[in-house]
Amino acid sequence: MAGELYNKPILFAVVATVVILIGTLVTMFYPMMRQEMHPKLDNLKPYTALQLAGKDIYQREGCNNCHTQTVRPLKTEVIRYGDYSKAGEFAYDRPFLWGSKRTGPDLARIGGKYPDAWHYAHHENPQSMFPKSNMPKYAFLKKAMVDPPAIEAHMKANDFPYTAADISALAGKTEMDALVAYLQSVGTAVKKKASRVVAEAGARQHEKNPLAGDAKAIALGKTLFAENCEACHGANGQGGIGPSLADDVFFGVKGDVADDDYFEVINNGIEPGMVEEGRVAKDTMPEFKALGKDKIWSLVAYIRSVQGK
Amino acid sequence: MNEYQYDHQTVKGFILSSIFWGVVGIVIGLWISIQMWNADWNIAPYFTFGRLRVVHTNGLAFGLGVGAIFGIFYYIVMRLTKRPLLFPKLARVHLWVFNAAIALAALSLFAGMNQSLEYAELEWPLDIGIVILWVMFAVNIFGTVIKRKEEQMYISLWYIIATVVAVAVLYIVNNLSIPAGLTKSYSVFAGVNSANVEWWYGHNAVGFVFTTPILAMFYYFLPKSTGLPIYSHRLSIIAFWSLIFGYLWTGAHHLVYTPLPDWIQTTAIVFTIFLIAPSWGSVVNGYYTVGSDWSKMQSQYLTKFFIWGITFYGLQTVQGPTQALRVVSSLIHYTDWVPGHVHMGTMGWVTMTTAASMYYIIPKIYNTEIYSVKAANTHFWLVLVGQLMFSVTMWITGIQQGALWKATNADGSLKYTFYETLIKNYPFWRLRTLAGVIFTVGMLFFIYNILMTIRKGSILAASKA
Repeated sequence: MAGELYNKPILFAVVATVVILIGTLVTMFYPMMRQEMHPKLDNLKPYTALQLAGKDIYQREGCNNCHTQTVRPLKTEVIRYGDYSKAGEFAYDRPFLWGSKRTGPDLARIGGKYPDAWHYAHHENPQSMFPKSNMPKYAFLKKAMVDPPAIEAHMKANDFPYTAADISALAGKTEMDALVAYLQSVGTAVKKKASRVVAEAGARQHEKNPLAGDAKAIALGKTLFAENCEACHGANGQGGIGPSLADDVFFGVKGDVADDDYFEVINNGIEPGMVEEGRVAKDTMPEFKALGKDKIWSLVAYIRSVQGK
Repeated sequence: MNEYQYDHQTVKGFILSSIFWGVVGIVIGLWISIQMWNADWNIAPYFTFGRLRVVHTNGLAFGLGVGAIFGIFYYIVMRLTKRPLLFPKLARVHLWVFNAAIALAALSLFAGMNQSLEYAELEWPLDIGIVILWVMFAVNIFGTVIKRKEEQMYISLWYIIATVVAVAVLYIVNNLSIPAGLTKSYSVFAGVNSANVEWWYGHNAVGFVFTTPILAMFYYFLPKSTGLPIYSHRLSIIAFWSLIFGYLWTGAHHLVYTPLPDWIQTTAIVFTIFLIAPSWGSVVNGYYTVGSDWSKMQSQYLTKFFIWGITFYGLQTVQGPTQALRVVSSLIHYTDWVPGHVHMGTMGWVTMTTAASMYYIIPKIYNTEIYSVKAANTHFWLVLVGQLMFSVTMWITGIQQGALWKATNADGSLKYTFYETLIKNYPFWRLRTLAGVIFTVGMLFFIYNILMTIRKGSILAASKA
């Protein structure tokens, strides 16, 4: 009987198809019927027209060939990128853009990490910020204009809500505007956890910089500053995309603050609306917690030396 | 002499077309390997890494790989059914449609028309074209097999039938999308679910483009070129059914530690381990086949292509399952280890076996001998060295990347910024380019040898006429 199978091509093809479909049904089709495969976070919002245009550009340029968009629930990954990815964050991605290779860093938590100006400068010329970066230059996106009727068709295909005003507002926007708008939205449905490393529970007592004035720490801080801060704050901290660090203006208000306020900001980054010493932040800055305490204090020591303090 | 004519023109047409697309794919491969360590080699907007990488993968998987599969399958099917193709004219049209589709595919990818599904990047109009292409192929294969003159279907035909049905199911399901214009569409699947569908497809594209068709070639050409019968028919039956059963469960091992439900990941990991058995069923069958006369490795130049090819298949199918394990995945996933793994399969197993099959077919078609066994041996050693250098370099890079990403200081903070870990890859990426050059030179020996054999055969045929 079984030998017959090898003389009957149609029967053989049917049996082979059934054998192939068993695994398909159990691991692909059956999960699709389950609610757990269609999760959506409550505060996940559909893409706006400009963000969708940016996502289209992200796909067109094949950004997902070098950047993943999923943070694994592994200790070092969460420290490096932020909270691990949740199933409910991707309901509006058709298809998912998790990627499979990290030639560049993961982007699952890129939204809100840097100010817009950082993204414009970085896409135009990545090497101006990271001299040895292998990322291509995307300066041409600054000259290419988005196509509002096409974006409207894309919004419709996705069934995303939009108004005529949303579409007409796209006129005059560049592809770079769209891409930055998209990137700023990625991963923002999950709220960032406010975390403090230095000032633990209890009343806030100012902590002195243990490395203040230490020549070795200042030298290390200078190197770290060049690697991590200079692209935005300029050489010696005179300012650029980010504010000057050489003056005594902090969060836009004149008047000095304590060493550990600097520490706090470098460690946890800045989100608009964050309050430090009664001053409200308007800007965005990434956290540099990953550097660790010693390096952050060294940076503070260096900044103080630039300020002449 | 048979009273019928085999349709050799179509077979030859596919072989030469696939070689052409292979050259395009390999040259772009070298190009993007340089872009990895020197961003100045990006020429925006059409020739950036993000666009070229998909031309490389599609060009080689579908241009070289599937083109070779079409041609070689037509050859094998005619021989195993002892009759010409049922629809020879359809096969000729199939050849032209194939080349048009690959050319359009390459152009559309340069232009950035990309669904962002790995190995299914082509936009919906081309997807429809490819489905038509596959139907043309399937009709001829099934028609010819049904009308065969040889009652028993040999092992290779099983793998061919499995390839034809599986690829059809995989390709159609994964490409289902909502068009939003002629050059843009959105997948009908979203988020986590789309990830699961994509890697069900992606992994089985490896299974049914880079595994079952190549095994069909292996089971046909190894006995043909050595004159030794396959060691165990029973083992080949067990290996066949367990392979095509097991493969479809394993896609989610590409999604370890992602938000995909854990049970799907774990099921995939378990079946991935299981797959070692049927994979090695074919490896063992190959070894024992030649084992009855190992002197063939020296006396018959194609034997070493097949035996080294199946050896890389064997290594690949052990390395793959280890990568699926969570603890290994946590270190090497998203690193250069993975391209190292992929290229052992493609440059080792697939290209070696396919090239050897072509070495067998072309002289047969022209009733002559291969132009130069010496050049074939040079080809063999160069691609072997190039591929090993490529893979080993990438494994080392991958382990380094994974380890640097995980490295922490005493206080738990990270030791390296991402930028620092990137720069440390450059020396390895330069070596990889060198490895690619060595491999490419080997492939040039192959192409030269094939073309000279065709020339020799044509002159021979002309002098006889």
